[in-house]
Amino acid sequence: MRVVRGGVVALHELDAEVESGCVTGLLGPSGSGKSTLMRAIVGVQVVDAGAVRVLERPAGSPDLRRRVAYITQAPSVYGDLSVRENLRYFARILGVSAARVEETLATVGLEAAAGRVVNRLSGGQRARASLATALLGEPEVLVLDEPTVGLDPVLRRDLWDAFHRLADGGAALLVSSHVMDEAERCDELLLLREGRILAAGTPADLRARTGAGDLDAAFLRLVEEGP
Amino acid sequence: MSPRATLATSLRVLTQLRRDPRTIGLIVGVPILLVTLLRFVFDDQEQVFDRIGGPMLGIFPFVSMFVVTSVTMLRERVTGTLERLMTMPLAKLDVLLGYAVAFVLMAVVQATAVSLVAFGLLDLHVAGSHVAIVALAVSNAILGMALGLFASAFARSEFQAVQFMPAIVFPQMLLCGLIVPRHQMARPLELASDALPLTYAYDALARVTTGLGLGGRFALDLTVTLGATLLALALGALTLRRRTP
Repeated sequence: MRVVRGGVVALHELDAEVESGCVTGLLGPSGSGKSTLMRAIVGVQVVDAGAVRVLERPAGSPDLRRRVAYITQAPSVYGDLSVRENLRYFARILGVSAARVEETLATVGLEAAAGRVVNRLSGGQRARASLATALLGEPEVLVLDEPTVGLDPVLRRDLWDAFHRLADGGAALLVSSHVMDEAERCDELLLLREGRILAAGTPADLRARTGAGDLDAAFLRLVEEGP
Repeated sequence: MSPRATLATSLRVLTQLRRDPRTIGLIVGVPILLVTLLRFVFDDQEQVFDRIGGPMLGIFPFVSMFVVTSVTMLRERVTGTLERLMTMPLAKLDVLLGYAVAFVLMAVVQATAVSLVAFGLLDLHVAGSHVAIVALAVSNAILGMALGLFASAFARSEFQAVQFMPAIVFPQMLLCGLIVPRHQMARPLELASDALPLTYAYDALARVTTGLGLGGRFALDLTVTLGATLLALALGALTLRRRTP
């Protein structure tokens, strides 16, 4: 597919696949087109050419709205509501029980802050509140745009464990990051640069292919080699 | 469309309002202050207070709901919550009706409180029924909400959204007949006022206030106000896009 944003080609003839049952990392520097690709997958991005298919349907199909969940890079929750009020609202739209709200709060470690108004929370807590809304409906596909930015290492580890549990349950997760050390936690990787896929494969694959010791070095070598 | 999602949206909007008691205070308090001022400005001209006061009660909710809706909706657009909602199983109509139900309730509170003060304490007289004034006020609130929703699509910041109020509301207030009867205006202005929805909303209020016949012209007023509301809502719905460039 191909996407043009603001007169600039954001994604060039991009072709990629994301599997169910694993966590796929979408990595690349800022401005490489990660968010645009994610928007196209959840069906909120106008795609200029080509097709995006999710769970064997065109992206953005009405029946996918229950099966696919998405969080944007900036936490998209209501700042003037408490965390729990936010989750209750999204739960009602999804037709999910109040018990599930409490469960999700626990998954993201926000039980203690549940009654607090989002605007008064720290950036990391806000990001987790946003993430929680995506987990509510137990979706089959999760598209998470930089969900762990600014979180402390313990929380990041816990969330990545939660992502893997979801994948083990059969969900497909696409998680973007611009931090290479997070790439190691993914089952599969898509490296994106200037709107093109630079490389795809498992972390071990990419290290072996480039002969680099870590993914940071692997990425640099791939950039130098060119597509 | 689902009643559950509509109701959930109304509840959410009402909770947001409840979390902001100062805004509720302003929505209810400012019109009370203004109508009180009006009463004492025309202290020795009771008939002027009566002529302007009745319609004013019905126009306050129009102005308040225009501002509240355009700012809340703009926030939904810029914070990404609207984009999130558009990826979820709810219809655009659920969002619009959810807002409408919440703001109608708010308008009922506002119009009732202001009317109680005006009729009870400030001795405002209208020929028609007080309930009709409140009912028209609520319908004008929905018109204001619909226009505010549409206007929010053209604002990039809250500053701009707030500035749409004088841009869209003031000309209509100047031309609707409240300040100068429309037939005394220059012909081009009178023609312009024919095309503005507030003209009809005002005319309906003026008819209830003065007890002028509630005949065909009153029915036309209601029809045009309702039509303008539906048109603005439809245009507003068009600005809620699931897919954006």
